[in-house]
Amino acid sequence: MLRDITLGQYYQTDSVIHRLDPRVKLVATLIFIISLFLVDNFIGYAVAALFLFMVIKLSKVPFKFMVRGMKAIVFLLLIAVVFNLFFTPGEVVFSVWKIKVTKEGIYLAAFMAIRLVFLIMGSSVMTLTTTPNQLTDGLEKLLSPLKKVKVPVHEISMMMSIALRFIPILLEETDKIMKAQIARGADFESGNLIKKAKSLVPLLVPLFISAFRRANDLATAMEARCYRGGDFRTKMKPLIYQKRDRLAYLVCWGYLLLCIVIGKILF
Amino acid sequence: MSIILDHVNHIYEEDTAMAFPALTDINLVIPDGQFIGLIGHTGSGKSTLVQHLNGLLKPTSGAIYYNGADINDEDYNKKELRSKVGLVFQYPEHQLFEIDVFSDVCFGPKNLGLSKKEVELRAYAALKQVGIEDEYFYQSPFDLSGGQKRRVAIAGVLAMKPEVLILDEPTAGLDPKGRDEILDQIAKLREETGMTVILVSHSMEDVAKYVDRIIVMNKSRILYDDEPREVFKHYKELEEVGLAAPQITYIMQALKQKGLSVDTDITTIDEAKNAILSAIRSK
Repeated sequence: MLRDITLGQYYQTDSVIHRLDPRVKLVATLIFIISLFLVDNFIGYAVAALFLFMVIKLSKVPFKFMVRGMKAIVFLLLIAVVFNLFFTPGEVVFSVWKIKVTKEGIYLAAFMAIRLVFLIMGSSVMTLTTTPNQLTDGLEKLLSPLKKVKVPVHEISMMMSIALRFIPILLEETDKIMKAQIARGADFESGNLIKKAKSLVPLLVPLFISAFRRANDLATAMEARCYRGGDFRTKMKPLIYQKRDRLAYLVCWGYLLLCIVIGKILF
Repeated sequence: MSIILDHVNHIYEEDTAMAFPALTDINLVIPDGQFIGLIGHTGSGKSTLVQHLNGLLKPTSGAIYYNGADINDEDYNKKELRSKVGLVFQYPEHQLFEIDVFSDVCFGPKNLGLSKKEVELRAYAALKQVGIEDEYFYQSPFDLSGGQKRRVAIAGVLAMKPEVLILDEPTAGLDPKGRDEILDQIAKLREETGMTVILVSHSMEDVAKYVDRIIVMNKSRILYDDEPREVFKHYKELEEVGLAAPQITYIMQALKQKGLSVDTDITTIDEAKNAILSAIRSK
């Protein structure tokens, strides 16, 4: 039911991408996102697609999982496409009633759709190949220069890792409560919007209670182990760049350069 | 009138690297009025199996019939099925949500579209059946003790007047007193109403005293399906799959080996007491 949301769900397997340093993957995702906004022609997107395809192949995560995360943004995608398609001024290709479809509109809509799809896929690759713990470790390390200006980097990354950790737990819990209420004759699907919203009460109340209970338990468990924030904490597995990480950086920067060349200089 | 499972298979996350068979070729006939214990250790597929019985999960292949009709037919009324086959989940107290105990129990029958009066009558009767006193009716369900919460949650399903009641580990997380109370209540309930009861558990000890049939599951398959005394004869095999026969079985086996002529098929403490006494007297 709710298992369609892939974001924040790790896919367990062993691949080159899985073994990369999380910092590399974070930077690479950022580079990929930037590259999507740098290029604005089909050759550029073809390069981006090739890059993405290569990474997905290397990651050994079945393609199905990438597409699964897409379901969540179908609505957003539709809105973006429709608005761009119908409300971009320019050379009219055809018009129905008062709505004019322009050449520029078609281009923009297509680019927007490709961008969004690649965006989600690119970040899905990262979350599917990196455990939440690694991810926040990497983020903490990347942002650690900000500590100099009194940004509580460790606390922020701790909160993030806890939040990420809780997503699958809460999803599972939602699934369970949903089933339990369906077994009591609850109906989450039919009816108008108000009725649907009302039918969520039997789901949300137990879910909130369980979330608070879990948060409480976790806080107690952390306190019992004398947890006290970032200062003086050392890591069991400190992040150290390997040869493959440097190579990956090289590939990423090379890719970005290629995108700049294609996007800005050649065309 | 019965539940029939015909070659039911269920695979989680089919077509992925995480594909995992939860049920493999399950064939069962569950006649009316039986008291069944469904036993298996964690991950053996017992929870998956019971979720098939009220249509929450669809089998990957195979069919399930309730009173002769295939419950996974397009036009089968699932809502009605769920009122007939009541399923109480593990830790059912986690599903309570209303402002007071009484309205929470009303939730189930209300969903069946009954009149307000009928709903309240059923809720009242259900709360009485599980032994909740009037003084608790208008308290918040969250203020009750663990055992009371669980009874209220069970009442929430009972109020739908199911013909089959399935309880998934109803005693998990309760102290011995709470456990015995819940189980005794269920046994009493079954005597009064004559409904089919399926008790899911990983503890033979819990169910041995009550049920007339035990289904043992192991690694998604049915391992044994027989009367308790017949199943317990396999106590050595049960140990191999991470389960155990009741303590009484072990005691009787040990006594027999020591030369006392007792019946090793005995499953309850009372029977055992009588058997040991008569064996000693006849010596």
